Amino acid sequence: MSNALNLLVPEGLPFIDLDREFDHPVAEVFHAHKDPDLVAQWLGPRRLRLGVEQYDFRTGGSYRYTHTGPDGVDHVFSGVFHTVRENDFAIQTFEYDGYPDVVSIEFLTFQDLGGGRTRLSAHAVYPTMEARDGMVQSGMEGGLSEAYEQLEELLARAKV
Amino acid sequence: MTDDERLDLAFLALADPVRRRIIARLSRGQATVNELAEPFAITKQAVSKHIQVLEQAGLVTRTRDAQRRPVHLNPARLEALTAWIDQYRLVREEQFRGLDAVLSTQAAARGPQAKDSS
Repeated sequence: MSNALNLLVPEGLPFIDLDREFDHPVAEVFHAHKDPDLVAQWLGPRRLRLGVEQYDFRTGGSYRYTHTGPDGVDHVFSGVFHTVRENDFAIQTFEYDGYPDVVSIEFLTFQDLGGGRTRLSAHAVYPTMEARDGMVQSGMEGGLSEAYEQLEELLARAKV
Repeated sequence: MTDDERLDLAFLALADPVRRRIIARLSRGQATVNELAEPFAITKQAVSKHIQVLEQAGLVTRTRDAQRRPVHLNPARLEALTAWIDQYRLVREEQFRGLDAVLSTQAAARGPQAKDSS
């Protein structure tokens, strides 16, 4: 069963809101955010290598990881964990080295839905509309390269 | 119409920012013309014209149920193009599918009524 991702990118407000349910208990969803080995398995787009250099999911902790693109170029992401409350809530910052000094603040809520289900909600705040739209449109290198590959496949099929 | 011609139409249709935003909105679910027109400072007629262009390019379809006639993305035809436009969503969806997989693996490793909780 696949749970829908609800994504809200409101007009004129520098926010992104999303929520997604998981068919697993809140403690497990939280654990998958806390354990760096597990994080490395799900955080990166599939075709990119993800190297987690630093990851301490605790209040006052920090993280730093590198995506290496198919072109061999490294993209570094880093931030601090301002607040982390077990199985409940976290506030973290997010910065991409290709877009320096533009930091978003992400509020994550882990909600126990009962019956072994969890809702994960995120509210991300950006310093400007440009920063948010830049993030949505181009911040995710993996998505872009993957999308281009799909586009190429489509074009190849169209030629046949 | 050949596939090439259809693709030309699709890219031509997407050369317009209003139409790209309509597509991005529809990637989150079907919507009526009124709903699609809401964020734009242009007339509903203008939005209808944009939708017609998208329809001719095969990017969207409209069902004819009563007066509502909601507009849908045509996902089979447009997977790659919507991926291109709505990358952020796709990246997050992929991450969360990855998280699903990790959670399932973890749960399986613990086994039914795990002996320990290491």
